[in-house]
Amino acid sequence: MVHITLEKIGEGIERKITDNINIVTKKDKSGIDIFVKENTKFEFVHIPVIITESGLKDVVYNDFYIGKNANVVIIAGCGIHNDHHNDSEHNGIHRFFLEEGAKVKYIEKHYGEGSGNGKRILNPITEVELKDGSSMEMETVQIKGVDSTVRETKAILESDTNLTISEKIMTHGNQFAKTEFYVELNGENSSTHVTSRSVAQDESKQEFISKILGNTKCYAHVECDAIIKDSGKVVAIPEIDANNVDANLIHEAAIGKIAGEQLMKLMTLGLTEKEAEEQIINGFLR
Amino acid sequence: MLEIKDICFERDNKKILDHINMKLDLNKFIAITGPNGSGKSTLAKIIMGIEKPDSGNIIFNGQDITNLKSDERARLGIGFAFQQPVKFKGITVYDLLKIASKKEISKVEACKILSKVGLCAKEYVDREVNASLSGGELKRIEIATVVARESILTIFDEPEAGIDLWSFNNLIEVFEDMRNLIKGTTLIISHQERILNIADEVILMKNGKIEKVGTSKEILKQENFVTNSACCKLNKEAKSNG
Repeated sequence: MVHITLEKIGEGIERKITDNINIVTKKDKSGIDIFVKENTKFEFVHIPVIITESGLKDVVYNDFYIGKNANVVIIAGCGIHNDHHNDSEHNGIHRFFLEEGAKVKYIEKHYGEGSGNGKRILNPITEVELKDGSSMEMETVQIKGVDSTVRETKAILESDTNLTISEKIMTHGNQFAKTEFYVELNGENSSTHVTSRSVAQDESKQEFISKILGNTKCYAHVECDAIIKDSGKVVAIPEIDANNVDANLIHEAAIGKIAGEQLMKLMTLGLTEKEAEEQIINGFLR
Repeated sequence: MLEIKDICFERDNKKILDHINMKLDLNKFIAITGPNGSGKSTLAKIIMGIEKPDSGNIIFNGQDITNLKSDERARLGIGFAFQQPVKFKGITVYDLLKIASKKEISKVEACKILSKVGLCAKEYVDREVNASLSGGELKRIEIATVVARESILTIFDEPEAGIDLWSFNNLIEVFEDMRNLIKGTTLIISHQERILNIADEVILMKNGKIEKVGTSKEILKQENFVTNSACCKLNKEAKSNG
């Protein structure tokens, strides 16, 4: 496993480099370039980014270059600990360049904690370029703790590629989360599956925007599923553009409160209404 | 054990339950049958607390539970298998069985329960209880959840509903074993002769009232008579019109 810790901007970077993975600190801006050699199999790259200084506005550029037929798991965790009263902001830009036949599983977890009034702001941008025959699976999780987030994911897919995205978001209090997906299906037999499950409770607001362009023979399935509670609000704006007669694009969106029958089933098994609600939400965001 | 006293339930000016009185004893297997719209499912839901009666009382083990919520009744020992099993997102069969069992259960124990309802346990225990399961599979999982609960009174609301003939033939074996599986009293709403045949007592409901209580033979005899006489009447009418 490759373990990299970026504690604060401007401070030292600890890194371990294997024979197959090389990490180079960027010279022109903060961030790193990660090079995975072709045919690297089943290695892990772990990148926790922790911001502990209140008032810090942090922009990190991490570029991943994945060689032909490599197969790696990349775990990125971005956390903000802010006990103070200034806003802390982390804007991570992760770019993935997958060569032919490469496979990446990318797991990203975002969390914020701290007792101060300072806002915890995360604005991650992910850009993906998939060359012929490559595939990427992306899992992102953001449960509470982050006051404001605008998450952007852009991807360009060549032939015989697949991009699968699974996103879980939970907002509470006055939090705001916006997530945007832009996927261009340019190569024949490219496909994408985007699944977003979210829960908006209290006064929180969420926006889900997706735009999928089917420019050739391709397949896309986008699913936005949201539970609203209290005065939570969710907006879903789907766009699927079929620019070729062989493009097969599907979008499903469902927003609503917890189904009464689900609550009732769990209550007949002895859970109180509150316990039943917790079980349903925990399962939904699992 | 369970006493239903003068229960009335009316919706849209229609009397769905009209002064229902009933007593159920411990360790009995009771079936309620009757035509669609006779009030059977409503009565079952009222016993579980899913619907609230307009008047009347429900006494369970000497306690008036009329104003208790479903979860309070469940904790007192009433279980309920839904006619249309509820689907979830992200909740697995194992999760449901853990919730249903009053104690912590291991996967091995969960698998044992699934085997009792005729499911190959390993294939199902980690599956999500969602639309990817067939109607028959969902039914069995629904039954497994109430089996796991080991309630004093277990209610099944038309377990055969929405199941094709082949699946039902398999499912009926589960119900034939149910007498051994379920401890306590079973109250089952059904139209199926094979289910009525295994009941100690069959209650026939019509138009929101209890029409007759007896053995399955007695009840089915009366029903056949009604059906035949209705057929004769229709035939006569058809002849006179033709």
